[in-house]
Amino acid sequence: MSATHGIGGDPEEALELARRVVQAAEAVGADEAEALVVAGESALTRFANSEIHQNVASTEVYVNLRFVRGKRVGVASTGRMDVEGVRALVERAGAIAAHVDELEDWPGLPEADATAPLPQAWSDNTAQASPELRAEGARAVIAAADEAGVTAFGSFSHDAEALAVASSKGTAVAERRTSSQLLTVTMGPDKGTGYAEQCHVDATAVDATAIGHEAAQLACASANPVELAPGDYPVVLTSYAVVDVVDMLGYLGFTALAVQEDRSFYEPGKRVGSTLVSLADDSRDPAGLPVGFDAEGVPKQRLELLANGVCRDLPFDTQTAARVGRRSTGHGLPAPNPYGPFPTNMVMAAGDQSIEELIGGIDRGLLVTRFWYTNPVHQKKVIITGMTRDGTFLVEGGRIVGPVRNLRFTQSYLDVVAGVEAVSRERRCIKGFLGGSVVPAVRVSSFTFTGVTADN
Amino acid sequence: MRDLTSRALDTASALGAAYADVRVVRRVEESITIKTGRLEGVAGGESEGFGVRVLVDGAWGFAASHHLSPAEADRVAAEAVRIARASATALRTPVRLDDRPPAQGRYETPVREDPFAVPLDHKIADLMAADASLRHVDGIAWTETTFGAQREDKTFAASDGSYTQQLITHVGAGLEANAIDGDEHQRRSYPDNGGAWASAGYEFIRGLDLVGNAERVASEARELLTAPPLPPGTRTIVLHPSQLYMQVHESCGHPTELDRAYGTEASYAGTSFLTPDLLGEFRYGSELCDIVADATVEGGLGSFGWDDEGVAAQRVPLIKEGIFVGYLSSRETAPRIGRQSGGAMRADGWNRIPLIRMTNVNLLPRDGMTFDDIVADTDDGLLFETNRSWSIDDRRLNFQFGTEVCREIKGGKVGRLYRNATYTGITYELWRSMDAVGDASSWKMWGTPNCGKGEPGQSGHVGHGVSGARFRNVRVGVVA
Repeated sequence: MSATHGIGGDPEEALELARRVVQAAEAVGADEAEALVVAGESALTRFANSEIHQNVASTEVYVNLRFVRGKRVGVASTGRMDVEGVRALVERAGAIAAHVDELEDWPGLPEADATAPLPQAWSDNTAQASPELRAEGARAVIAAADEAGVTAFGSFSHDAEALAVASSKGTAVAERRTSSQLLTVTMGPDKGTGYAEQCHVDATAVDATAIGHEAAQLACASANPVELAPGDYPVVLTSYAVVDVVDMLGYLGFTALAVQEDRSFYEPGKRVGSTLVSLADDSRDPAGLPVGFDAEGVPKQRLELLANGVCRDLPFDTQTAARVGRRSTGHGLPAPNPYGPFPTNMVMAAGDQSIEELIGGIDRGLLVTRFWYTNPVHQKKVIITGMTRDGTFLVEGGRIVGPVRNLRFTQSYLDVVAGVEAVSRERRCIKGFLGGSVVPAVRVSSFTFTGVTADN
Repeated sequence: MRDLTSRALDTASALGAAYADVRVVRRVEESITIKTGRLEGVAGGESEGFGVRVLVDGAWGFAASHHLSPAEADRVAAEAVRIARASATALRTPVRLDDRPPAQGRYETPVREDPFAVPLDHKIADLMAADASLRHVDGIAWTETTFGAQREDKTFAASDGSYTQQLITHVGAGLEANAIDGDEHQRRSYPDNGGAWASAGYEFIRGLDLVGNAERVASEARELLTAPPLPPGTRTIVLHPSQLYMQVHESCGHPTELDRAYGTEASYAGTSFLTPDLLGEFRYGSELCDIVADATVEGGLGSFGWDDEGVAAQRVPLIKEGIFVGYLSSRETAPRIGRQSGGAMRADGWNRIPLIRMTNVNLLPRDGMTFDDIVADTDDGLLFETNRSWSIDDRRLNFQFGTEVCREIKGGKVGRLYRNATYTGITYELWRSMDAVGDASSWKMWGTPNCGKGEPGQSGHVGHGVSGARFRNVRVGVVA
């Protein structure tokens, strides 16, 4: 990306701004203050009907201030970094702190802690990526689609940002991060659709041609789908579907606040998954999208969420940790945060099978490429409804026999992890709604489909 | 402001843009969250910046920045042109815009009591009182009461001479009680899951009467814990307005977005079964089904003076007596079906491009039966109230909704309560089965402040006016 007016990817400048905000708050009477700065550049090229139709870039800054007076906390944010913007930010946060009641259980801002350098989170190639590079990626996907006689839709994005947290407690952490994502949906003339995606810290490591071919082949293979009666079937879920399972488990259950509010399935030592399922939150795994610290400036710890199917640890932020007498694990979101801490870098352990071997273990069942528009029906049981999309195939005798029309499911994701009977060797980094996750494909003994879509 | 907008437009034109527009937006926000009597968070946000959109060689480019200065206007305009030239390297059909007249003028949301001027401690006290009322009921695990306000001060200028200024204010508030017993977690909210939202001032919040409804809501949450699950079956269902608006949103609002019909959202939000070849012919619903997109109605989250392309707010028929007749559209897409833009291009702030979004997609009321009359006229059915979960396929056909409460209707009387109730079906089959629509006495605007669309993601504020309706032969009680 081009040089711009702003912090760009310079973490020292971000930290300097954060310090300036904290000092300004202290100067007007804050007993404690904490500033989070996120500054960077984002760009995304979008294509549909095998042509680029939207193409955007933006330079942004976000400053979030916690202004603490005694046990009164005011939070304000701004998109400005000029002197007047900082003054207005401090005034607004201070005014809120002056008008709110004391928080009896306010634990104070987190103590300063050192963060280890995280060079693997940054790529100059991504930071310098141009609209021409993104267009080249789009053209490569389109060319693969053209070759297969299908149409391409998708996006290629780049993000480069500097992050910093400074506080009165001595917190002074900063780092820079990049990420790039290419995804495509392909559609054929006979109702076949396909999907492929790749995420990487380095935009030049994204293989647009391979992604294009993968999705195009899927669209060809899923042409002329037939209707299959809903019911219970064993399934193979590709990584694109598995990411939704781990995201929902993280969102609904693996968060300290949900446990404290008794709305989570989580209990330490409780078995919820098969012995083949181990799930960690590992922000430093180079296969994912690395992150060094959270929005409170606390270094992210590696957490074992599920060890061979058994619940182990949980993500905490400062507030939820104080309630149980422990320290934050580095999973806080920007304040104020009524949602609680979340795992943001989930990594599921690989297995020992190829995709073909996963499919080969099914007598009669389905191969599901991905899920669509999933939503909880029952939170504590993690019962989710949603649709299959972009390639759903009937498997008989261990072989794919043909595509079927998209199905609706209503299924407990806890039962999915309990029913995992095989895991793939290959894993992918996929952006879910909680961050970048590294996940394999799995075979599940039974999955409940409750409806089928219309053909109209 | 004209200096900055003119600078950006002049630079874009000088560099080869055949068309350019610029939006300068300052957004302020305030939120208050109370959980079980604890003031969980109060936040005030401010964001400002500008975005320049250009057409070069028939291709789009857009760039945006938080830094408002003449030099940055030059840089951002040049970046937008460079991006458009990159777009042109993968272009098959050059963009053509319709010929709307240049837009001029000013619009402000009608506000009687400025929500940002109401003292913060007054607003907190109002919410604390409601939250305390929730906790008068025994057996409630935790409660949550929220308030939010957003104001956008937006200037739009385009190379065709358009120049508009708008000040748009949205407010919302709500409460919820959560009851938990073992694996069972029941939430009951008021006026809506996530609160009720409107284009209005604090007078809207006062009118909600949060305190007056809190104990009822908390009692219902507790009652749900011991209610039986809804048995599976095929039933007559009556959708209360608090659920019907979501049915309209998902199964009519989204599929009538013309960009989806043309596939330009395929990689994220999906496409639509309502393709242009069906326009004017496809029977979408029963003859009682009249749905419009109306950006002129007061109080809707989709109400404004002009959209983010400078097209004046208007009322566009989407479904007329059950027939699919229109789309939510833009200056780029409307000419492809031989029409002028319906004024539905809306952007989520200065750093995002406008997309076709719902304005206020409203199911019009029908004279003849009040909502209570519909219930009284139902011999054997189910009443679904307050959305809890929602899901629909990528073409907007197969849907499944869950509601917070569901009650049996027998002989026109509302009776037994069910928990974890769901209903499912195919969009046009449901709307074709609609045999009663409430009259204007129960018709009001509902709001969705978190409608997701686009890449990078955008969150839209859209409105829905509904009065309640009845549907026949609907599958209910889906069991996992």
